[in-house]
Amino acid sequence: MSPTDPLAPEPADAIIAAPLLTARGIRKSFGDVEVLKSIDLTVPRGNVVALIGPSGSGKTTVLRSLNGLEVPEAGTVEFSGGDVVDYSRNPTKRQLASLRDRSAMVFQQFNLFPHRTVLENVIEGPVQVQKRPKAEAIADARALLERVGLGAKADAYPFELSGGQQQRVGIVRALALKPQLLLFDEPTSALDPELVGDVLDVIRELATEGWTMVLVTHELTFASHVADTIVFMDGGVVVESGPPSEVLQNPREARTKQFLHRLLDR
Amino acid sequence: MTESLWDLLLRSLLPIVGGALTGTIPLALLSFALGLVIALGVALMRLSRIWIVSGIARVYISIIRGTPLLVQLFVIFYGLPSIGVLVDPWPSAIIAFSLNVGGYAAEVIRAAILSVPKGQWEAGYTIGMSRGQTLVRVILPQAARVSVPPLSNTFISLVKDTSLASLILVTELFRQAQQIAAFSQEFMALYIEAAVVYWVICLVLSSAQSVLEKRLDRYVAH
Repeated sequence: MSPTDPLAPEPADAIIAAPLLTARGIRKSFGDVEVLKSIDLTVPRGNVVALIGPSGSGKTTVLRSLNGLEVPEAGTVEFSGGDVVDYSRNPTKRQLASLRDRSAMVFQQFNLFPHRTVLENVIEGPVQVQKRPKAEAIADARALLERVGLGAKADAYPFELSGGQQQRVGIVRALALKPQLLLFDEPTSALDPELVGDVLDVIRELATEGWTMVLVTHELTFASHVADTIVFMDGGVVVESGPPSEVLQNPREARTKQFLHRLLDR
Repeated sequence: MTESLWDLLLRSLLPIVGGALTGTIPLALLSFALGLVIALGVALMRLSRIWIVSGIARVYISIIRGTPLLVQLFVIFYGLPSIGVLVDPWPSAIIAFSLNVGGYAAEVIRAAILSVPKGQWEAGYTIGMSRGQTLVRVILPQAARVSVPPLSNTFISLVKDTSLASLILVTELFRQAQQIAAFSQEFMALYIEAAVVYWVICLVLSSAQSVLEKRLDRYVAH
């Protein structure tokens, strides 16, 4: 892979996976309901961490705490080499921005900008925020769109695309920022079943290329294939975490077993 | 008799349309432009989480909507001089009309901003945009589409409301008609003529509205 490849991730120089992101003691309540009860999460560089668990277990809230879309009451988030963002001390806009500068997010509902074409969606961040030359951003964007099979759709508006295509644009929009960390919030949950495969293929490819990702998903089979670490959450706590061969194949905790059984019984 | 009435209507068309071109239309355009700027500011204040800021905006909107435009106009033109502030007819009219549009359009813009899904703000933030950048580049363009129909209403009302400026001596469409009517004593004919000219202006505006709506709808599924 050449260094100018827009899909090239941070150099995966470390054989021992050093943490890219460390979150500690994340607590969050909505009203009286404590949705996160002190969550710790470590994301090694080049790893894929999948957050799984029943709905309402808090996995999306954890994900959104990593880039400040959700502001927890307590806890810290730290990128290696960056500031420690301490949520218990009212983080400044600049600190939240520093989390967002290093990460990019793919949403369940895509959240593409409907008033901009596919290409405009993709170059918006690189040009408006990162102030990269427009021609360069466009060239990168076209190359990325080509890679996810949407080269011909560059000038289409989002409403003209299928859900699966929109989500692939969502992924490309995130990649175009050249982030250190990709956050996926149930990227296939809003898709018709027949469109899920294309999106998962793209994510799988990114995983093999060494992108660091945190993925909230209900696709357990997919998670077991791409994830280095599975984090099973229930009731606002991490019940257990480890490689898929442990958590999914040989769960230790009763709650994990229960959850997996329920899914398999269907 | 009928002959001369037609003559009168024809001859008065020039000053009446002239009044529209030099009075009504520039007055409406300028006040609307200024009014929209005020409205955007007030809408953003109204959405502020700082209660004193949103409170000021609330009070402003309440006063504008709760008092007659004619009274606002008179306060500025006839009222202010008694405390030593003299404002000419034109500036008085512009101030009153733009403050008025500011109050009404603020609620339209606020509602339009709120109608844009929260995910759009989040998408802006996650690609690294600030709140202001997201507002300008992501939210307002989408809010604009939603607010065109109600803002067109506001604008069309404004065009007609500018006739009130005749009462503070601004030479516009209606004042021209009034003067010719008083001189010729043909009140019915002249006032209907004035009404027709207003109507024609508003017809043009309505078609401009549909063109604008079509243009802004180009990125929405039909």
